[in-house]
Amino acid sequence: METMQRRLRESPVITSVVSVLLGMLVGAIMMIAAGYNPIQAYQALFMSAFLMPYDIGETIRTISPLILTGLAVGLAFRTGLFNIGVEGQFIIGQLAAVIVALKMDLPPVLHAVVAVLAGALGGALWAFLPGLLKATRGVHEVITTIMMNFIALYLANTLVRNWLSQGADSTETIPESASLRWDLLSQAFGNSRIHFGIFIALATALFMYYLLWKTTLGFELRAVGLNPHASEYAGMSVKRNLIMSMMISGLFAGLGGASELLGTSGYLAIHGSHTGIGFDGIAVALLGANSPLGIVFAAVLFGVLTYGGPVMQFEANVPTEVIRVVFAAIIFFVAANVVRWMMSKFGNKAVKKSD
Amino acid sequence: MSKKAWGIMFLCAMLVLATGCAAGGNQGGGENEGGFSAGLVTDTGGINDESFNETAWAGMKKAKKELDADIKYLESKRDDDYNPNLTKFSREKRNIVWGVGFKFNKAIPEIAKQFPDQKFGIVDDNLGGKIPDNVVSVTFKEEEGSFLMGVIAGSMTKTDKVGFIGGITSPLIKKFEYGFRAGVKAANPKAKVTVAYAESFKDVAKGRSLAANMYNDGTDIIFHAAGGVGKGLFDEVKTREKGKYWAIGVDMDQSGLAPDHTLSSLVKRVDVAVFDIMKDMKENDKFPGGKEVELGLKEDAVVPAKTTSKHVPENVMKKVDEYKQKIVDGEIKVPSTEKEFKKYKG
Repeated sequence: METMQRRLRESPVITSVVSVLLGMLVGAIMMIAAGYNPIQAYQALFMSAFLMPYDIGETIRTISPLILTGLAVGLAFRTGLFNIGVEGQFIIGQLAAVIVALKMDLPPVLHAVVAVLAGALGGALWAFLPGLLKATRGVHEVITTIMMNFIALYLANTLVRNWLSQGADSTETIPESASLRWDLLSQAFGNSRIHFGIFIALATALFMYYLLWKTTLGFELRAVGLNPHASEYAGMSVKRNLIMSMMISGLFAGLGGASELLGTSGYLAIHGSHTGIGFDGIAVALLGANSPLGIVFAAVLFGVLTYGGPVMQFEANVPTEVIRVVFAAIIFFVAANVVRWMMSKFGNKAVKKSD
Repeated sequence: MSKKAWGIMFLCAMLVLATGCAAGGNQGGGENEGGFSAGLVTDTGGINDESFNETAWAGMKKAKKELDADIKYLESKRDDDYNPNLTKFSREKRNIVWGVGFKFNKAIPEIAKQFPDQKFGIVDDNLGGKIPDNVVSVTFKEEEGSFLMGVIAGSMTKTDKVGFIGGITSPLIKKFEYGFRAGVKAANPKAKVTVAYAESFKDVAKGRSLAANMYNDGTDIIFHAAGGVGKGLFDEVKTREKGKYWAIGVDMDQSGLAPDHTLSSLVKRVDVAVFDIMKDMKENDKFPGGKEVELGLKEDAVVPAKTTSKHVPENVMKKVDEYKQKIVDGEIKVPSTEKEFKKYKG
């Protein structure tokens, strides 16, 4: 009984689930304080995501990039790296994909494949530099990746303005041949913008699982994350693994950017600030405890919340911002590990009673 | 199966339960029998942007009062939200769905194709001339109103330096810029116009720093066409000496933001345009589908705010009226692009 309890206490799943519930509770308290009906609001929120085929399609579309950015953050975490640059790598992925889509003339399918690969490669290269600096010069990756985010954002803006369009604020829409959308799929989901990105995302999750737990490289990545000194002593190259980890992380983020651009928007617009999909990836990875399966489920939850937010405003007149509060509260509870603290309090009492 | 996996299954089941329990909630609604209903989707600026989203919503509120319309709005947080938001209103079969801002120029045609029986309106863009039959496009001759702002700024500057802050570089904002420049040139050929773009419509801090730089550089009057970014201009001008530094607002009367520092505002009557189209739809069953409705000084759609006379002396006001008449009569053709501006003699 006691071991069971300890296991439960230490399980990241319990932490995540209870944190989600607590987060939603905080949101509910806020709504009550502001004079809204939380039950009606949450109803609208969750119902909306599954109301009609169109909504399911759009929810899946919202989830796809979150899975990929979540995996990107999660993989780097496994090697002990905090890749805040997922946002920037995501943008570079979008940029590389839109360049291939607009500037190259290839047959259908092949065009899309090349564009996706270009995005992945772009993301990986964008993450290579912070990885290299970390490995060789010991520069903290948080600093470099944050800076690289801004470089990516303004690089993309400049190229869209001066090269990819004639002084407009967005590029042309990409040709059909490079699109990740498939008419049959879209029609099955009420003409929503669902696209192949979800399959790319799920395949990437499988790949991450395989890489981390079934290959030598993955073993080394995890070992470096757990204890770089021991790994070094055991003959692993910490430097190489740090760079590899950043690049694979960037590759995932680039895939996210490419599939989002080729599937959802179909054009790249000038952005005044970051889209936030990369930053949401941090939250997703945290909630998903850096495991591929956990990240997929966390992305589903965040995707539903993101898509349902505006509907909550629509149906229950609750401001969308409440959803961001719920997000933040969930992250807070996971990060501060409030659940574990609570469990140890209650758990100990229960154990004492049974004695 | 590992414990972890079971736990996640539990999380999933909980979510399904939560949604399942909620079944049977009221859906749709929003239509009052035989009445008129309209929906408005904002761009990423949000409903309280003190700019065209807010003005458009004012037109909707007028429709509620005078046409007894059922109105509702949806805010877009990201560009990706435009499609689902427009779709939500279309599914409710509202009489008309508005997309406010030129950023809707890709979403509106796409959704209009999916809902051929739904009527849409887009503000600030003519969709490159290819307007579907179920869409009306409302555009403004911003250059004409900006010209008058240029006349005010050119006549009132003491340093012969005036500034312009734009949002995201685009043909639309360029109309403001060149109209303004032409107005300054007409009223005061010596004056120099400094131009800066924030490349954003919501970055208030950027607006403030751009404004601070210009004022420090000797500029004494700044006109903005930058949506929410413009709030930064007002934040900055408020901290400066009264009667010496001025701001000129845009889209709606912004003098409330800095009453002692606001010379004028270029009021873009998005509200009137939006209301008039809906009124015509309800009362005369007429919808200018497939057409571009272009409004200028002649229609009193781009005018100086009523509060302008508070700080602007009478002789300048007279000048403004003269220029206005000349533009309405077609004597002056106000430039709206760089090319036209280069040809413009002043």
